[in-house]
Amino acid sequence: MEVSLAIAEAARQADVDVVSAYPITPQTHIVERLAQMVADGDLKASFITVESEHTAMSAAIGASMPGARVFTSTSSQGLALMNEIVFLAASMRVPVVMALANRSLSGPISIWNDHSDIMSVRDVGWVSLFANNGQEAYDLTLMAFRIGEDPRVMLPVMISFDGFILTHMIEPIYIFDDAEIEGFIPPYNPQFKADPKTPMTFGPVGVPEIYTEAHKQQDAALRGSREVIDEVFADFEKRFGRRYNAVETYMTDDADVVLLSQGSVFETTQLSVDELRKEGKKVGAVELRMWRPFPFADLQAALKNAKVVVVLDRAVSFGGQAGPLMSEVRSALYPMKDAPPVIGGIAGLAGRDIMMEHYREFFDMGYRYLETGKEPEVITIVGLRQ
Amino acid sequence: MNVKEKPTWKELPLAAVIPEPGTSAAYRTGDWKTLQPVVDKKACIKCATCYTFCPEAAYEEDEYGYFNPNYDYCKGCGICSVECPSMCIQMVEEASE
Repeated sequence: MEVSLAIAEAARQADVDVVSAYPITPQTHIVERLAQMVADGDLKASFITVESEHTAMSAAIGASMPGARVFTSTSSQGLALMNEIVFLAASMRVPVVMALANRSLSGPISIWNDHSDIMSVRDVGWVSLFANNGQEAYDLTLMAFRIGEDPRVMLPVMISFDGFILTHMIEPIYIFDDAEIEGFIPPYNPQFKADPKTPMTFGPVGVPEIYTEAHKQQDAALRGSREVIDEVFADFEKRFGRRYNAVETYMTDDADVVLLSQGSVFETTQLSVDELRKEGKKVGAVELRMWRPFPFADLQAALKNAKVVVVLDRAVSFGGQAGPLMSEVRSALYPMKDAPPVIGGIAGLAGRDIMMEHYREFFDMGYRYLETGKEPEVITIVGLRQ
Repeated sequence: MNVKEKPTWKELPLAAVIPEPGTSAAYRTGDWKTLQPVVDKKACIKCATCYTFCPEAAYEEDEYGYFNPNYDYCKGCGICSVECPSMCIQMVEEASE
């Protein structure tokens, strides 16, 4: 099954009440399928056709306030256009679920995959998780509704998965029978409902006496969501047998050089670990699945035995410290006693394939650092024509 | 009204929702003015021009037909002072009162 269709299926099985979305490559197949389901009567939901992503998110928030379960999906420029409303979804505490088919931000204009879109919304206050393959994208979309709508969380959730590499990939995905997931997502029942019978003010002006406390409350909610996410991961494993972790690890116990990444490349980094292990090199791979809330303790535990951590960034922080992932990882390890050094490079921008030799180059960067103690140049782009 | 004026972050309702209607009257918006209007009632002709022009509807008519600014909501814009045909409204520094 095509991964996009599996995500649409997850939204149907979550029994969403409202889909508010605008088509954009490479996300289009998801909402196209949902529109078809609504038209065919397979999904009893309102499909709001909007004139832009800005309105898609605005309508999603408006629909969520009276208590509807809402799904939307976008990519790249669409996410950029809805940006100001993405912040509001979190501050207004509406548990909208968004499938984000990762695509590079213009320019130059690109429809292909990297992580510049998700990195541009790092601080919006959403729960933010990465899926590495179609099965995970399907599973996490189902889990997203339960996580976001939990009364202890009440936050929007976005699931990142790589555009084209996943959205347009046809792969075996186990889709649950509707009966199988019965009871996994409890009904959504918000504390404050927009209802003419009980008028109240949503999204009020945050005067100087209120804004600070509102921000603290929002941050506490996002940090606190970790407990609920762990519960949902555990219940998912108990019911369906697949285990999800905030930080995924592969052969890290005795690894000297650990390659850290996010998204679908994590699967390929595992293949590259296998190859290098055959050559006797002690390497491992780590994925930071949970982007927000940031799993500090898990990441420190996963990397504590490494001699050096090499971060593979799929976005550029212009004029900054390599990529956003590396600067986050580096600062997350900073408070650790005997923290391993963190270096990094960038690859796979705008759909450029990351080949086996490129992964090898990332590991070599780690070994070169161990030998010489010299950091790679800021910024190092693997696969760049020099 | 049950909404606290300065709640802690734990007391603040979810998403800063104001869970009851009609609460804006409790929010005194007049605390940011530097000049406030003072009406000289000896010169006032009770024409209600100030009452009509006040963008905050902060003028209230008293039992004698005079119009008095409510300083809880008056923002000190001075429109009343300019529009008053008998020039009986002076803008005076709030602190000197």
